[in-house]
Amino acid sequence: MIEVENLTKKFNDFTAVDNISFKVDKGEIFGFLGPNGAGKTTTIKMLTTLLRPTVGRIQINGFDPLKDQNEVRCSFGIVFQDPSLDDELTVYENMEFHGVLYGVPKDTRRIRIEELLKFVELWDRKDDLVKNFSGGMKRRLEVARGLVHHPKILFLDEPTLGLDPQTRNHIWTYIKGLNQKEQMTVFLTTHYMEEAERVAQRAAIIDHGKIIAQGTSEELKQQTQTNSLEDAFLALTGKTIREEESGSMERMRMARKMHHR
Amino acid sequence: MKIIYILWLRQLKRYFRSKSRIVGSIAQPLLFLLAFGFGFNSIYQRAGGGNYIQFLAPGIIAMGILFTAVFSGIEIIWDRQFGFLKETLVAPVSRMKIMIGRTLGGGTVAILQGLIVFLISLLVGFKPGGIHLILLALVFMALISLFFTALGTAIASMLRDMQGFQLIMNFLLMPLFFLSGSLFPLEGLPKALTIVAKINPLSYGIDGLRGALMGGAQFGLMSDFLILGIITVIMLMIGSYLFSKIQI
Repeated sequence: MIEVENLTKKFNDFTAVDNISFKVDKGEIFGFLGPNGAGKTTTIKMLTTLLRPTVGRIQINGFDPLKDQNEVRCSFGIVFQDPSLDDELTVYENMEFHGVLYGVPKDTRRIRIEELLKFVELWDRKDDLVKNFSGGMKRRLEVARGLVHHPKILFLDEPTLGLDPQTRNHIWTYIKGLNQKEQMTVFLTTHYMEEAERVAQRAAIIDHGKIIAQGTSEELKQQTQTNSLEDAFLALTGKTIREEESGSMERMRMARKMHHR
Repeated sequence: MKIIYILWLRQLKRYFRSKSRIVGSIAQPLLFLLAFGFGFNSIYQRAGGGNYIQFLAPGIIAMGILFTAVFSGIEIIWDRQFGFLKETLVAPVSRMKIMIGRTLGGGTVAILQGLIVFLISLLVGFKPGGIHLILLALVFMALISLFFTALGTAIASMLRDMQGFQLIMNFLLMPLFFLSGSLFPLEGLPKALTIVAKINPLSYGIDGLRGALMGGAQFGLMSDFLILGIITVIMLMIGSYLFSKIQI
């Protein structure tokens, strides 16, 4: 379903993603794990047509994100790492906007939106503006939105960041259900290793832009002779703390907050 | 069509929901109308120009449109910073449609803004040649709106954050506004200024608007219409191209 060969992305002198290759089969849940700044989000951006690779070949559902952008875009849904909702719209409007953009027919759209919003327990708040929501509520809405068009592939970039264990559990149960029922392929990144161990059938560990290991969590544990995926992860990537660049993005968010007061 | 509609609708909803934005964008034109309109009226009359508010009002209507339109376009930067742009960009929708939907949305907002300023100018004492002329005036208001929304979008596609914002304000919007015949007639200006005014798209918009409402367009209504129409189409194409090149 996802095929990546010798993928590289350079920003000027900095190599964010360095010659990686991997394959994800249809119906598989694949964990893409790595410390901060390892190149996870950059990879997802290239897989989802947001960024052009410097070198390498990608196939998503049999299509090339450079040539058949539209087909690729039809094939996947995504929950981004950072917020991507329209704060000035209501919950329902955000869902509706998404459904229309993806060409989901009106009746189906209504049914699905209601079902998904009930599932993430936001149906009662459907006419509230998103800007009044807490981080966790926004997160739940983003997850629900990514599923409106029942994608073949679902990209989840740290979808459960900042959610409590109950909600995390709830969301994973639903996603696993979809994965089994509709053979939906799931590509996820997360920092919660026990979560990855529980959910993902296979994982790749990326560090400094390179994939340093891949396989099932059993294989990864064996390879490093550890007892948990977290220990395996630490054994593979070391214990130094990584710094993620806080770009203009954060500064802008601050500026807008001030501006709006 | 549905896609363009939903993009358009989003812009309108955002506009009607931010009351502060509506009030804020009315304050400036109102100030200009009152301060310049009454301030320069007696001098203008003494110079034989007639009632200055009659001359000024179309210019200020265009100003309201200009600012709203460019800012609507520039809203893309907010969308980028707030992540919503990603949501639109990963959707299986042609970039041209996104561009058109946004431009129509921003353009409609700008027209509404222009109409509000028009109503205010009536209160301040502006008397157009006739009520039926408003339809003709609307054509020019629409053209100004679309052109400058597309321009704002094109600029915003090239900017990463709001750092360049002041730059646009001071080096683009202000000169466009002041050197367009909005505040003073373009006749008998020094050569350099005449040239600048002639390559300023807003000059044709204001000339058309003034011609429509009061009669006596300097360049002629038809040429105003054609020039604006053509550059609007070109700007839409440039905007779509730049928009399609956005990477996040």
